[in-house]
Amino acid sequence: MSARLDARIPGGPIAEKWDRHKFEMKLVNPANKRKHTILVVGSGLAGASAAASRAALGYQGKCFCFQDSPRRAHSIAAQGGINAAKNYQNDGDSVYRLFYDTVKGGDFRSREANVYRLAQTSLNIIDQCVAQGVPFAREYGGLLANRSFGGAQVSRTFYARGQTGQQLLLGAYQALERQVGLGHLRMYPRTEMLDLVLIDGRARGIVVRDLVTGEVTSHAADVVVLATGGYGNVFYLSTNAKGSNCTAIWRAYKRGAGFANPCFTQIHPTCIPQSGEHQSKLTLMSESLRNDGRVWVPKQKGDARPPNQIPEAERDYYLERKYPSFGNLSPRDIASRAAKEVCDEGRGVGPGGRGVYLDFADAIKRLGEHTIRERYGNLFEMYERITAENPYRVPMRIYPAVHYTMGGLWVDYNLMSTIPGLHVAGEANFSDHGANRLGASALMQGLADGYFVIPYTVGDYIGSTKLERVDASHPAFTDAERAVSERTATLLAIEGKRTVDSFHRELGKVMWDYCGMARNETGLTHALEIIPQIRDEFWRNVDVPGSAAELNQALEKAGRVADFLELGELICRDALERRESCGAHFREEFETPDGEALRDDAHFSHVAVWQYRGENQTPERLEEPLEFENVHLSQRSYK
Amino acid sequence: MKFTLHVWRQAGPTAAGAFSTYEATDISGDMSFLEMMDAVNESLIERGEQPVAFDHDCREGICGMCGMMINGIAHGPMRATATCQLFMRHFTDGDAIYIEPWRARAFPVIKDLVVDRSAFDRVIAAGGYITAPTGGARDANTILVSKSDADDAMDAAACIGCGACVAACPNGSASLFAGAKIAHLGVLPQGQAERRQRVLRMIAQMDEEAFGGCTWHGECHEACPKAISLDVIARMNGDYLRALWTTHEEKQEQGAG
Ligand SMILES: Cc1cc2nc3c(=O)[nH]c(=O)nc-3n(C[C@H](O)[C@H](O)[C@H](O)COP(=O)(O)OP(=O)(O)OC[C@H]3O[C@@H](n4cnc5c(N)ncnc54)[C@H](O)[C@@H]3O)c2cc1C
Repeated sequence: MSARLDARIPGGPIAEKWDRHKFEMKLVNPANKRKHTILVVGSGLAGASAAASRAALGYQGKCFCFQDSPRRAHSIAAQGGINAAKNYQNDGDSVYRLFYDTVKGGDFRSREANVYRLAQTSLNIIDQCVAQGVPFAREYGGLLANRSFGGAQVSRTFYARGQTGQQLLLGAYQALERQVGLGHLRMYPRTEMLDLVLIDGRARGIVVRDLVTGEVTSHAADVVVLATGGYGNVFYLSTNAKGSNCTAIWRAYKRGAGFANPCFTQIHPTCIPQSGEHQSKLTLMSESLRNDGRVWVPKQKGDARPPNQIPEAERDYYLERKYPSFGNLSPRDIASRAAKEVCDEGRGVGPGGRGVYLDFADAIKRLGEHTIRERYGNLFEMYERITAENPYRVPMRIYPAVHYTMGGLWVDYNLMSTIPGLHVAGEANFSDHGANRLGASALMQGLADGYFVIPYTVGDYIGSTKLERVDASHPAFTDAERAVSERTATLLAIEGKRTVDSFHRELGKVMWDYCGMARNETGLTHALEIIPQIRDEFWRNVDVPGSAAELNQALEKAGRVADFLELGELICRDALERRESCGAHFREEFETPDGEALRDDAHFSHVAVWQYRGENQTPERLEEPLEFENVHLSQRSYK
Repeated sequence: MKFTLHVWRQAGPTAAGAFSTYEATDISGDMSFLEMMDAVNESLIERGEQPVAFDHDCREGICGMCGMMINGIAHGPMRATATCQLFMRHFTDGDAIYIEPWRARAFPVIKDLVVDRSAFDRVIAAGGYITAPTGGARDANTILVSKSDADDAMDAAACIGCGACVAACPNGSASLFAGAKIAHLGVLPQGQAERRQRVLRMIAQMDEEAFGGCTWHGECHEACPKAISLDVIARMNGDYLRALWTTHEEKQEQGAG
């Protein structure tokens, strides 16, 4: 194993690793904590929970986000729920089962020790959130309610109507604001991190741009935590927020942090289909809908009849047919690919034939409209608002869309990247979900990282490392500031003919066509030829109006799209090199006779980690081998 | 469809603002209001003009970042709908549409349609939380919450912090916003210990910001994209009176050895 990729997995049986590791950690004297500054970039579930927990421990803290308030991080949009192995329903759940499901669901491309810890801490998360006042759904007796969710056969998902992410984030946000009010933490909203600063090989701060005044400044620190979310917007259309971006992790990558499994991108099966070229984003319809909705398309190609005129016998409930034991609850990668397949066969519905039905007629008959309204009222409303169709009367139309990125900066067991002092939490890191994330497990991971892992491991780093005092007058900071300002000036000076958005759409289409739900060598090779051409044109022909010294949204976008244009290439490269199918990464050359993903454990049971080697150089591909001591490698089967 | 937009343009916080008129052409009914604004901005950039600055992020009606006065109504004509969830099919081809930023003393304009809502964060920082240090929580199911209390808490907690309530209020009051948080935390058993302090501190902070008082116009509820009920304000007022009567000075902590 490469020395650079020591995962630092503690010894001992899997169930004892985390406790043992916590005991062996170095502690920081409470009086000394004040002397250490920790920067958290991002205020989503991972960032807000990390910042609030650590400020409470007595460190000096600063937290940054690009929105106008930390409460607006995209975690706010999560709908369905959060998993925890509480086994409150007594249906056979346990830490071990959640661990097992997550490793298997990730198609054996995640690290066992991390996943086990995730399952363990899931128990504390629910306790913590309830203590903060998160209004989870309740049974009539006052106990917490659960539902089953995306590919799980036990009911372990906790939820707050269709707004679970919102409520969890508000809990973390309130804890964070409390620390701000007490003066322990400073919050910098409307501030974008544009570079990471290293001194003596360690992460010692960041360079940021004030998005209101345009001022570029530096913040020095002992530890930097990136919790900047996912990079799904590299596809232009996704369920992410418009501002979601890869800039923070990309700049860190270019400073030396390894980027793990960039090609593992999750395409979510239940989104509202695109309605036209003007579309600016895609809207997710929570997967929980698949608990009661049945997915189908007409059996006949090109059947243009309205859904209610297609008799039962002429409908193909293809998930129930192909995966009788999981049916409509099959995992996301499988459900998405199955939808693509039936649409490719010409059996898709709605404009352009890119859609399948999600039908609630049976559930309404069985449970009554009232129950369905109680369970999904706000989702049905949202659907109707966007499509002008009433899903209580006609089946919803759904289609897969880019949703989540399992890849991200490589981290060890302590969530530290290949750069000492740079920790990465939440969707921004690569850990835990392997090649496919199960529903309701990203919220769990974000909060596990932020509340329960980072506070310990950052303390351990500070306690065991001799850190010289540095401040922002160090030449490493002034050099980085200059580079950031020069890049901004360059973008503004191009004065070309095309808008930033037009380049973003063009890149997105290439990514979707060649590196989407199904990938192959020819397509990926082609994408690797055209992405550099788009990038080239961008730097010659983009038009960024306005100046650097003001609120300039076109400039913000330009910087982010410039980074996506580089990341897109790395994603395709990673997809090309991974000559197997696993989870969300489906290579058409590698499938079983019945069309399922065909893994190649002999050659690819590893994390692929990309190391930057300079402008226009092919990055180096390193491997962290994965060992499965507890869950036996097997072909995932949901039949 | 085609629209004539009269958009408030203001270069900075202290600059004078004015309406500029733009034609929005080729607009489809399936476009959201913000997608219509995107299209206008693309054409402005292509013509060498500055695009209109406006806040937005999730475009799913939940992050609370977007918001504009549309024909004088916060978030526009559809009830219980944030600007990003308003679709152009609800307008008539050829309409003139007036677009302005939130107008409130506590929300100074930063640029064009972008305003500074940081006062909301400060109101939360003053007391809009339950103190629950990480790690010390007891098992979640040892706290029973009746389903109806949980539902009431969730109804109030649905607030997205967009500021439409303040913009719609003739007094620029933040009572619906603060009341929603006070109601959310105040109906839960976990929120009782800090209930009195919470309301006193949040109201003191609101007064310190430039928010006005509530005189029961009810415009806030009409404008609210989550249709938060006016009950939360009544509840806040009740909590406030009770807290005023019953709160004593905090006792000094005595360290005995
Ligand atoms: C529509 C939708 C529904 C979902 N539903 C579920 C669900 O039901 N269950 C589940 O488990 N998961 C769900 N997910 C996934 C889950 O919500 C996310 O993976 C998770 O919330 C990410 O949290 P985070 O803290 O890592 O990042 P985010 O919440 O995205 O936060 C990122 C933060 O980083 C900041 N930031 C980014 N770049 C910079 C920069 N350069 N400088 C400064 N700040 C920066 C942002 O301002 C923001 O504060 C859903 C995702 C989506 C999109």
